[in-house]
Amino acid sequence: MNQKRKIRILVAKPGLDGHDRGSRIIARAYRDAGFEVVYTGLHQTPEEVVQAAIQEDVDMIGLSSLAGAHMYLFPRVLELLKENGADDIVVCGGGIFPEEDIPKLKKIGIKEIFTPGTPLGEVVNWVEENVKPRS
Amino acid sequence: MVIAEKIISGDIRAVARLIRDIDDTVPEAREVLKDLYPYTGKAYVVGITGAPGVGKSTLVDQMIAHLRKAKKTVGVLAVDPTSPFSGGAILGDRVRMQRHSMDEGVFIRSMATRGYFGGLTQSTRSAIDVLDAMGKDYIIVETVGVGQDEIDIVRSAHTTIITLVPGMGDDIQALKAGILEVGDIFVINKADREGADRTINDIRLMIEMDEKRYKDGWKPPILTAQAVFDKGVKEILGEIENHRKHLLSSKQMQSIFKYEKARNDLVEMIKDRIVSDVLADIIHSREFEEALQLIMERKIDPYTACDNIVLKKIKKGNK
Amino acid sequence: MFKKESIEKIGVDNKKWQQLFQESVEKAPERLKRFSTVSDHPVQNLYTPLDIKDLDYSNDIGFPNQYPFTRGIQPTMYRGRLWTMRMFAGLGSARDTNKRFHLLVNEGQTGLSTAFDMPTLMGYDTDSPRSRGECGKCGVAIDSLKDMEILFDGLPIDKITTSMTINPPAPVVWAMYIAMAEKRGISRGVIGGTIQNDMLKEFIAQKTFMCPPRPSMRLITDTVEFATKEVPRWNPISISGYHIREAGSTAVQELAFTLSDGITYVEAALERGLDVDSFAPRLSFFFNSHLDFFEEIAKYRAARRMWARIMKEKFKAKDPRSMWLRFHTQTAGCSLTAQQPYNNVIRTAIEALAAVLGGTQSLHTNSLDEVLAIPTEEAATIALRTQQIIAEESGVANTIDPMGGSFYVERLTRDMEEEALEYIRKIDDMGGMVAAIEKNYPQLEIADAAYKYQKQIDSKEKTVVGVNKYVTEEELPVEILQIEAELEENQIKWTNQIKDTRDNKKVKESLEKLGEATQRDDNLMYLIIDAVKEYATEQEVCDVFREAFGIYRDPGVY
Ligand code: B12
Ligand SMILES: Nc1nc2c(ncn2[C@@H]2O[C@H](COP(=O)(O)OP(=O)(O)OP(=O)(O)O)[C@@H](O)[C@H]2O)c(=O)[nH]1
Ligand SMILES: [Mg+2]
Repeated sequence: MNQKRKIRILVAKPGLDGHDRGSRIIARAYRDAGFEVVYTGLHQTPEEVVQAAIQEDVDMIGLSSLAGAHMYLFPRVLELLKENGADDIVVCGGGIFPEEDIPKLKKIGIKEIFTPGTPLGEVVNWVEENVKPRS
Repeated sequence: MVIAEKIISGDIRAVARLIRDIDDTVPEAREVLKDLYPYTGKAYVVGITGAPGVGKSTLVDQMIAHLRKAKKTVGVLAVDPTSPFSGGAILGDRVRMQRHSMDEGVFIRSMATRGYFGGLTQSTRSAIDVLDAMGKDYIIVETVGVGQDEIDIVRSAHTTIITLVPGMGDDIQALKAGILEVGDIFVINKADREGADRTINDIRLMIEMDEKRYKDGWKPPILTAQAVFDKGVKEILGEIENHRKHLLSSKQMQSIFKYEKARNDLVEMIKDRIVSDVLADIIHSREFEEALQLIMERKIDPYTACDNIVLKKIKKGNK
Repeated sequence: MFKKESIEKIGVDNKKWQQLFQESVEKAPERLKRFSTVSDHPVQNLYTPLDIKDLDYSNDIGFPNQYPFTRGIQPTMYRGRLWTMRMFAGLGSARDTNKRFHLLVNEGQTGLSTAFDMPTLMGYDTDSPRSRGECGKCGVAIDSLKDMEILFDGLPIDKITTSMTINPPAPVVWAMYIAMAEKRGISRGVIGGTIQNDMLKEFIAQKTFMCPPRPSMRLITDTVEFATKEVPRWNPISISGYHIREAGSTAVQELAFTLSDGITYVEAALERGLDVDSFAPRLSFFFNSHLDFFEEIAKYRAARRMWARIMKEKFKAKDPRSMWLRFHTQTAGCSLTAQQPYNNVIRTAIEALAAVLGGTQSLHTNSLDEVLAIPTEEAATIALRTQQIIAEESGVANTIDPMGGSFYVERLTRDMEEEALEYIRKIDDMGGMVAAIEKNYPQLEIADAAYKYQKQIDSKEKTVVGVNKYVTEEELPVEILQIEAELEENQIKWTNQIKDTRDNKKVKESLEKLGEATQRDDNLMYLIIDAVKEYATEQEVCDVFREAFGIYRDPGVY
């Protein structure tokens, strides 16, 4: 049989942040690039995000955060992934982050951070270059 | 056997990955499915179908809540369409059920049709087996909301629920030939809107006109619901239970159901296999290319060319 | 508006001129393939009397303070009094924000505008597990009446008005404000201000959620009734297009959805048995000012005309003040860029100018660091100065509705009115805004517009300076505001302390009473005030609502 791997992505909105204009645009852009996208909707706890990612067997989680709680939420997601033996899932983030937080987030394992003004093409290319569907 | 054991013991990551492999048609997944087969056949499978936006996912969400209160475990397979333009998809059913994601007794998986018609994915049947083997009591399958022809679900589900909304009026006439004939239970959701009574009447008429529909003694009930407000959901589960009892009521019913299911599963499986292997073989053969050339030069008609190729292939297979 | 003969002559001349124009274009093509507004409304090369020949001056444009109020609601407009310069502020603890408020009042600001943090906006206390990491990040944290008392400590709340951007828990936060005033001996009859309290646009755009749409309407109508009877100087709803636009809508969608929301609130109040002229004068509006200068001016003018007609014709209002569309404006946060942040000062100035030329009653101007974090003091000051320069140096406030009579602006005003009416009709056909929201209709319309706009930027069909054109590598350092980490811990301790020292028996009783009343038709405001006076926390009261009315979850439509 011919194996047809497809990239699966979870676009997630952790925390109480309601800014979803960006995340929904990103979800559409991923779809239009040929990926399968699961969107969690707003107001998710890190626990809910991680469970969804595991059940959906995604290759990547895209965390969107514009309300400034990323320094709690993002590390927590990574921690839970590890606890569940799912830290092979690539995690990237997008939204609004003070400059000095970005290296900190990358250091703990957020693979990339996208900030306002990033063209959709760039966001999509990054996935193509950095996320491989599991072999 | 390692993977199969993990699945049987309910390892969520292993289940999720196996379904992925099935979806991606990874050959090894078949081997695991073989190992799992002895452990299947215990779950009760409910299919939910209906036009886009009628509230299928919302209904599933509420059904999960009720089943969980009754201490039943639940697996959900929710199918959404793949974009024919990009090959991508946004799988939007999960978001309606996401409140159950922390519940260990619930496993929810979104799937994309990937060009497969019939309301399910090519992998759904096997994915049901996986959730069955993992020990889920109920498996609910939400089909893609395409409207008329998502009838594959009946071949996989014990009980098929057709969801409609008030005021579909003329649409119901159009549906007649398609999905209405396969429903075991009809649900008029969004009954908070006007026109539910009329829709009930329309459906009742159609069921009554179609006598052969309930020759086996099951007359499909018609229920109203307001899924968002959790109204009428208990009753739906009640009717599912009644239908289950009906299926179990006699040896004859049981064996008809089992025979039909086994037969369909096997036919579909063979079909898939032929399409994926034999067809691929043919398309990549020299004869195929040659035939194409001849057709383009109009030296042969496509009918004869087809006969030649297929008959030869089958004969070879027979040896 | 024009004589038949002169229109005919202009018609002939226009044809000739268009020919000349075409000839020039053939020699040197136009700069763009297609000219359109930010909202993608097509724009002609020239506007003439021909484009507005169907308008009637008296009926459609008229005079300031006269129906249909296209040119403004007050008789003297800015010649009498300038708009209110109201800057949105809130950060950290109540004590921190109180300091900022004192500063703003000393700077000459005449109204306060409160930004709350995410837990407060969503009806959770700081100690809720859902609030982890969020305390004070996006605004001020308010858990109990104690925080409200500190927030306004020493501020002359009998003289200045206070606007509070709060929605699902609006009745609770307002109750705290009233209780705070009364504790200071200032009666509810005297205090003035606004609560946003516009849940419909929350479902559509801003997405702070608590209960489903229908019970939310009940809570809102309780506040409208309560304001009408008890707090006459208060605006109980600020019907907001701002958030709709920021979520990515077009100008017409902003206009249409906002007015549809307004219609829904009026209908609910009428159903409650209130007389239209008893409450309608206290409904206020809140619009966005985006970058397309003329489109925005036309939008405000169309909004005034449409609302006046709706109130008079549909709801039979008699008091002209019921027909007035009074509005606050905020410049478009989403038009600002992280790249070359100082350019944001210019963008904000253009947007502020449009709001003023559109006749706004009050204005918030965004700061140059909008895309980075909540504003620093310096950045907020420049933004305020922008308004002061427009008001007192530019001369645009010297005459009323200076854009009135511009062929382009009048035509655009009319186009927007027509297109918005089309939307409103569509929503009516669905059974009104609540039903449309339940179908996710406005949400999806906006998502489509947002995606389209994003793709236009990506393809450079629309220019964003510093982002897809005139890009520079070097980044200017901009100082940004950080909220200290201990805040959350301290706030939790503080609220626990209050919970330990209050009369918990009375708190429980007051919440039980409230719970029972939710099942009847009682106006809940009285009991909410009783509960917060006992120092019931925001979440404790909101949990009563969640229990009684259910929880609304994001439908997650994309
Ligand atoms: C639009 C907007 C709103 C709208 C949101 C509408 C909606 N449904 O989304 C409205 C008006 C409702 C709003 C409200 C509030 N807002 Co606001 N808002 C903005 C604003 C102006 C633009 C955000 C935006 O949508 N940009 C357009 C989209 C397309 O860009 P984007 O989201 O940045 O996404 C891009 C990248 O970041 C990246 N990306 C984003 N997500 C993801 C995810 C993945 C997986 C990937 C790969 C990439 C990616 O790719 C995108 C494309 O380039 C920003 C400031 C700014 N200019 O950025 C403030 C801002 C985010 N808001 C802010 C605040 C404080 C609020 C409020 C809390 C105010 C209050 N106290 O009442 C409320 C809270 C609302 C809520 N429920 O959460 C602050 C946050 C402060 C902070 N982080 O420290 C900001 C920074 C403004 C400010 N300086 O004060 N807001
Ligand atoms: N008024 C009303 N709305 C409902 C009811 N049930 C569901 N809805 C709403 O209908 C919309 C669609 O619901 P879904 O559950 O996503 O429908 P679906 O059939 O799964 O949709 P697809 O998967 O896209 O085909 C949502 O906004 C629901 O909130 C109901 O009983 N009454
Ligand atoms: Mg669905």
